[in-house]
Amino acid sequence: MADTFYDVMRRQGISRRSFLKFCSLTATSLGLGPAFVPQIVHAMETKPRTPVIWLHGLECTCCTESFIRSAHPLVSDVVLSMISLDYDDTIMAAAGHQAEAILEQTIEKYDGQFVLACEGNPPLNEDGMYCFQGGIPYLEKLKKMADHAAHIIAWGSCASWGCVQAAKPNPTQAVPIHKVLNKPVIKVPGCPPIPEVMTGIVTYLLTFGLPELDRQGRPKMFYSQRIHDKCYRRPHFDAGQFVEKFDDEGARKGYCLYKVGCKGPTTYNACSTTRWNEAVSFPIGSGHGCIGCSEDAFWDKGSFYDRVTDIQPQIESTADRVGGTLAAVTGAAVVAHAAASAIKRARDTKGAKTTEKGGA
Amino acid sequence: MASARSEALRETIPLDGSPERRIEGLVDHAKMRAVYVYEAPVRLWHWVTVLAMIALAVTGYLIGKPLSSVGGEASEHYVMGYVRMIHFISGYVFAIGFLGRIYWHIVGNRWSRQLFMPSLFSGKFWGGLVHQLKFYLFLTDEPRAYVAHNPLANLAMFLMFALVGLFMIFTGFALYSEGLGIDSWAGRMFGWVIPLLGQSQDVHSYHRLGMWIMVMFAIIHIYMAFREDILSKQGIVSSMVNGYRYFKD
Repeated sequence: MADTFYDVMRRQGISRRSFLKFCSLTATSLGLGPAFVPQIVHAMETKPRTPVIWLHGLECTCCTESFIRSAHPLVSDVVLSMISLDYDDTIMAAAGHQAEAILEQTIEKYDGQFVLACEGNPPLNEDGMYCFQGGIPYLEKLKKMADHAAHIIAWGSCASWGCVQAAKPNPTQAVPIHKVLNKPVIKVPGCPPIPEVMTGIVTYLLTFGLPELDRQGRPKMFYSQRIHDKCYRRPHFDAGQFVEKFDDEGARKGYCLYKVGCKGPTTYNACSTTRWNEAVSFPIGSGHGCIGCSEDAFWDKGSFYDRVTDIQPQIESTADRVGGTLAAVTGAAVVAHAAASAIKRARDTKGAKTTEKGGA
Repeated sequence: MASARSEALRETIPLDGSPERRIEGLVDHAKMRAVYVYEAPVRLWHWVTVLAMIALAVTGYLIGKPLSSVGGEASEHYVMGYVRMIHFISGYVFAIGFLGRIYWHIVGNRWSRQLFMPSLFSGKFWGGLVHQLKFYLFLTDEPRAYVAHNPLANLAMFLMFALVGLFMIFTGFALYSEGLGIDSWAGRMFGWVIPLLGQSQDVHSYHRLGMWIMVMFAIIHIYMAFREDILSKQGIVSSMVNGYRYFKD
């Protein structure tokens, strides 16, 4: 079996004091109390470094770019030592047959023990030919590795939901990985996901095992609340103070971005709490609404700058346009019908009177 | 050509017993029959639901498209907060009323069962529905008399109010649970609706579309109630006030 985390860290010259500091910091960043610090220490000292295979399907590599920017814990110092990142075609030194051989070795040595981290998704059209790696479709590679993995992580919106390549009309028929795998998948959506969320989930997985997931398979600790629930502009929302259009007085005063289409109220992510780039800011902090990048099919919901968005893919229009039109047509029909009824009644009454007079 | 309706309307009676002095348009109440259709709980539920729906539609519209911004300090105002609060309270009223109406479906009179269980499997129902459609399209002059709802009205009630109302309750509480948290009672009971319909934004859109369908329902419902009251053989508008349905012949 591989070295423990602690062994590796000591070998790299990290003092025990620094190690304990890291464990405390990890506990804090996971929202755990001080009582959990000894558990993390114990796990780091005794558990072997878990091999991680990081696969890339159809994607833009923004998940990797995000991951390597994690500050708490620092990705370079800790995470690459904590896990044994055995395969990641973006950042590994090996290439070609050498690289592909690692996959076979991992299956042999760590069958059912490694973590499969999937960035991007498999396209199904043309037998998967739209993503072809090492002589086989990505779909096959993904399925094969998933069969032998202990845990499967879906990094980002591509692997979790489909994201831009699965947006309408989805010519390659790209699908989220849970659609092609028959094992549970931990979804870490976002385009990209927050770096600290990514490293936090890896740390939690190695320390305590599977984190608690919500109905859609997202870890509750980072995805149980909406951006809106913890947004620092929320008081302006409740007060009814909105940015009416960009660069207006409200925008300068930092009012709520709801009316310019902020998707914070419909987006489950941790941006408003953890923020980005070492907690410097996040989209709303920079004066732009959330676009809802961690939500399913966020590309297909119409404008990023409206709250009442298109009903997709069923109806390519908003509820107000469809419903308002229907209500207006109904109103017009009612008026027309009432007029017709009145005319008919008048005519009938007149006719009846004539008949009566004729009869008398 | 005299229709039965105009016959009934022009029915006249001697006031003082003399056949000469007749008052035009006076309806003989002795000849009118009344049936007690809408029991008190149904009437109460109807009007409570009316108020709740007005509040829900107005505040719901404003939640998607809020009022113009207010100035000053955020701590001085709670406009959106109150709009949402009214929406949530009215939502509770609508939902609890709906549950009460379901209870009255079980214990109420035979007509209380029309709303949730139209006789969709009866040939007579569909025959009556076609006839009613013809009547509204002026293809036939003779309306049929029904004690409570005619089949067309019954079907509209069922589809546009009962089913859409149920949909609004489920999507509404699912959206409400987003604020309460996924481990709240609402999250556990209704949270499953969100992934079923896509994501939160989809549920918002469908909930808003449901509002428009209920607005359509209200327009048709009010128009038809008044029209029937004026043109048909039975009184309708007052039946939701005093419970009695009067038949004019």
